[in-house]
Amino acid sequence: MQRILFGDNQFFGVNHMSEEKARAQAMRFQNIEAIIEVLDAAYDEGVKVFMCTTHDRIQQVCDHMRANPQRYADYEFYPCMPYAHKYANAVTELGILGALNKVLPEGGVISGIFKSGVSLAKKDLEGLAGMLIDAEMKMFKGLKTPVIFLQNVVTDLLLGLGMKDALRMFADHVKARYDAEPGFITMNLPMALDALEAVGIENPIVCSNINKIGFRMCGGLPAYEAAIATRRFRPVAMSVFASGALKPREALEYVCKQPKIESIVFGASSRGNIRQTKQLIDALSQPRIDAMAS
Amino acid sequence: MLKTALIGLGKMGLSHHAIINAHPEVELVAVCDTAGYVLDVFRKYTGIKIYTNYIDLIQENELDAVFIATPSRFHSEMVRACLERGLHVFCEKPFCLDPEEGLRLAELAEQKGLVNQVGYHYRFVGAFCEMKRLLDLKVIGDIHNIRCEAYGPVVLRSKGKSWRNAKNEGGGCLYDYACHAIDLMNYMIGPPRSVGFSILNKIFSEDVDDEVYSEFVYENGASGQLSVNWSDESHRKMSTKLAIWGTKGRMVADRQEIQVYLRAASTLPTGYNAGWNVRYTTELTEPVWYYLRGEEYSAQCDHFIQAVKAKRMDTRSSFRTASETDMVAAAVRRAADLPTEGVASIYSQTDESAQERTKSSRGGLWSRLIR
Repeated sequence: MQRILFGDNQFFGVNHMSEEKARAQAMRFQNIEAIIEVLDAAYDEGVKVFMCTTHDRIQQVCDHMRANPQRYADYEFYPCMPYAHKYANAVTELGILGALNKVLPEGGVISGIFKSGVSLAKKDLEGLAGMLIDAEMKMFKGLKTPVIFLQNVVTDLLLGLGMKDALRMFADHVKARYDAEPGFITMNLPMALDALEAVGIENPIVCSNINKIGFRMCGGLPAYEAAIATRRFRPVAMSVFASGALKPREALEYVCKQPKIESIVFGASSRGNIRQTKQLIDALSQPRIDAMAS
Repeated sequence: MLKTALIGLGKMGLSHHAIINAHPEVELVAVCDTAGYVLDVFRKYTGIKIYTNYIDLIQENELDAVFIATPSRFHSEMVRACLERGLHVFCEKPFCLDPEEGLRLAELAEQKGLVNQVGYHYRFVGAFCEMKRLLDLKVIGDIHNIRCEAYGPVVLRSKGKSWRNAKNEGGGCLYDYACHAIDLMNYMIGPPRSVGFSILNKIFSEDVDDEVYSEFVYENGASGQLSVNWSDESHRKMSTKLAIWGTKGRMVADRQEIQVYLRAASTLPTGYNAGWNVRYTTELTEPVWYYLRGEEYSAQCDHFIQAVKAKRMDTRSSFRTASETDMVAAAVRRAADLPTEGVASIYSQTDESAQERTKSSRGGLWSRLIR
């Protein structure tokens, strides 16, 4: 995995601090060119992974990358699926089955399964999960997707429900069908590690909030620090600035000091910010690289 | 360990299932739903006991409490059955479509000493809790206006069929979206004395309202405005904003932050200055043991569970306060049925020639503004 991953919240009006800021960002990035411009800036600063939600608009980013293969020779996507609001709104409007049929246009199969009253046996659920993953992955056809993440709302729902096997289904399908590493985003890191271990997913890639003030780190800061220090997994840190509550240097010093965090996700809207953040991460990671070398 | 069961495995039911199941002090014993395919998945992957009939569920299991997350039209019957069996009840919103029945259930629960709560989760959002705290400290003086807006992208075209789109089943923007806004206004300053001019309009739906606008009048003469629309694509998800004006300041809060303007005359609470103050969700939100899609969903379940353990009846969102919310919603519906034409013509009633004279001028606007 790359050390620095570029996130996409800023492009889609996601801001955990302020709805006004979120709206201003949504306006700024309503044209796909504005998004591409920032992705280009990041790429030229050496941030070559886009960790993005499978939002409908990412399709246009993908089209652009496919059309310019030479410009983006080293570009990688780490898709995060699904874009949950798409499903949540569809369920409110159409009910669970209606939503499935909407997301899976060729879903005659699905309604057939349900309407015929055939029970949803294990094979069917696996098939359904596979079809949902494939539907989300369609937009990335022909692009590099070495890591594919399951979004926290699904990971955490499955954790809560105790449906650990579904985590395994995701991992298996992503490996088999896309030759990619499965990743899991979660707001409940200690709980997620237990579940992944229980279903035999070894040394998993797990992305969670990791920040100095413990913001949205369920189980508490000490439990996270202990997990990072002692458990076998490949941590990816997100929300390192705690939605802007922390100053960049202070925030990154904390994250870079943690042992074995493999990657850090951040989002930014200007080349200046991207450069500054990348330089800080590089500088603060240097002692760690030196230690690994010696 | 508290023993609980869950009735209803729709969108909210799934969320409650995960949250209750993850709670360290609760054992989720059984679930009930009518959708066979959902139950099959649960039987297979969680090993939990499943039922298609909720009466069987509550009769066959030793339970302390039940969570009800079925479509609204079933609430009253199910809540009553659970209370009569001596179970503490958490019920999803809106509580009862008939507010009288809601009040009877509140009385029943109170008589029996059973803890009761309704899922108005905005009462557990950090920024709104802070707003309530400041109101209780009376920092903005006497309240004279309250305004709540909620917008989101639920119904964006003319199709769809689920109970949420069916009139008389608790569907529509009023019951699905606006109830949250009404409940939040009630939480802050209590229910209004009366509901004035109200509009329930369809935008895309055939059977139910997609937008709700209403005027409230409060006991002390304060006014309130409700503006809710679930067919607004410009919002990524439901977005709710509450503003309150008082003689000593003003507050605006949403899920992310609270902005407080305090006049010099205000008694300043610790940490607040005269002028603008902003507090963000990162500092206002209490950590929870398990996070699914917002701390408030976990916090409200924990609040209920702790109340059951302590046999504490005064939950933050009780059957009684939820019935008050139903009463306001019902009043909005009645007010919207009144003829909307002719509340005040923009033309002066005493001067019939005014219509002619102001036809192409802006004069008519004045009579509308001063109605």
